[in-house]
Amino acid sequence: MIEINVTKRLHTAEGPMDLVFSADVDQGEFITLFGPSGAGKTTLLRMLAGLTTPDKGTIIVNDQRWFDSTRRVNQPPRQRSIGMVFQDYALFPHLSVAENIGLALPRQKRRTVVNELLNVAGLKELAERKPDKLSGGQRQRVALARALALKPAILLLDEPLSALDLNMRLNLQEELLRLHRRYQPTTLLVSHDLSEVFRLSRHVFVLDKGKVTRSGSPAEVFSRSQISNKFRFTGEVVHIEPSGVVGIVHVLVGQDVVQVIASEQELATLTVGKRVLIASKAFNPLIMPLAG
Amino acid sequence: MNSDFTQTMILTFQVAIITTVILLVLGIPLSYWLAYSRSRGKAVVETLVSMPLVLPPTVLGFYLLVFFSPVNAVGSFLESWLNLRLVFSFEGVIVGSVLFSLPFMIHPLQSGFAAIPANLREAAATLGISRVKTLFTILLPNMKPGILAGCVLSFAHTIGEFGVVLMVGGNIPGETRMASIAIYDRVEALDYATAHQYAFVLFAITFSILLLVYMVNRRFARMELL
Repeated sequence: MIEINVTKRLHTAEGPMDLVFSADVDQGEFITLFGPSGAGKTTLLRMLAGLTTPDKGTIIVNDQRWFDSTRRVNQPPRQRSIGMVFQDYALFPHLSVAENIGLALPRQKRRTVVNELLNVAGLKELAERKPDKLSGGQRQRVALARALALKPAILLLDEPLSALDLNMRLNLQEELLRLHRRYQPTTLLVSHDLSEVFRLSRHVFVLDKGKVTRSGSPAEVFSRSQISNKFRFTGEVVHIEPSGVVGIVHVLVGQDVVQVIASEQELATLTVGKRVLIASKAFNPLIMPLAG
Repeated sequence: MNSDFTQTMILTFQVAIITTVILLVLGIPLSYWLAYSRSRGKAVVETLVSMPLVLPPTVLGFYLLVFFSPVNAVGSFLESWLNLRLVFSFEGVIVGSVLFSLPFMIHPLQSGFAAIPANLREAAATLGISRVKTLFTILLPNMKPGILAGCVLSFAHTIGEFGVVLMVGGNIPGETRMASIAIYDRVEALDYATAHQYAFVLFAITFSILLLVYMVNRRFARMELL
């Protein structure tokens, strides 16, 4: 159980802004922080890690007080049980993949844990390579394996997939889910990719200008109406083809383009590039834009 | 080659090597602090470290001479308690050289520390790796060009120093007479042949050392930091 209740004044390009965040997160949850850049998502992760100090508030993790401004408690990052994946991975450039993963481990456990993580993350063949000889997706896997090595209570992921192409991103999302199921760390993911939020997390906080504007399950947060659906996908409109009184809307869902027939009224709400929810109620598919 | 010449050259290199080792040991913690601390005293320390760059060596030498003279408190304390006399002695030349070459070690190390991306240190911190272990396993291995530059510049600068050594050490053969002083001494005695011998050897050695550094640094520069 993580209880977070923090405020911090940030100095942004648009002047000062107060970051206010308060949440209780259950053990093993997968949470995303969603919002435009500059909303304070990364700062929030850094405060949990202890790399940035909040002005006021408390951070209590599994009954351990990591931060409490009234009691002047502020544990340094070294004493907090965290694994963090940085946006640009921050791999140690002079160490091999195996050394990167094992550096923080006590000597007697190093070999077994590193071998296990190399296997789980599919890095066995790359164990002796240096980071500069790896692709973006491989670096990402190393960073993730390194963050998991100490079995942290909290896993913090700062837009880990944003630098990768779509294919690689989808693969790694699967991988991330698999690793999360296996090790069950409470995970906070910063993302500004809606499909990522839908695929990975059970709970999302939408941040804007330092405040939580909405929170809940991704479907609750991002679809305006509550419908009981037979199936639902989210995707992006890539093409709209008028065809008599109806239109054929091409929607990119994952890696597939799906064609959906839309009525004139529905077409009026859609433009190319818009994120949409496709849902079917019985045999009558609905298509509608997503907020956010 | 006469024995005087050999003795002076050996002494010169001894002073340079010892000075460089001491500077490296002192320089790593000091430049670490200068690179990462946000303390207010930092500006003062930075200024003091850089003073030898602009101060005439004779000024530093003069103060050291006064300071370490056995008739003064510090000098008499060192002499009676540690049996150490720092004026007109080998040890005194080392102390003077360390102070005088300080910026040549500190500046490259400080830039080396500052050039390491902050998130490498942060990543180490989130992994629970101690500061000392971070220094030795992550920071120092990623700033080899800075360490090399600091060592070589300190070494070369110590070989070439004149004013401080002359003031603090004097011209005692085998004890404080370094090559640069020997040149001065030989020229005064109108012994240009020996002076030339010293001068040429110093020129050749410092040239090859610096050439080596530039060549090695080019190789380092090609290594991409991630």
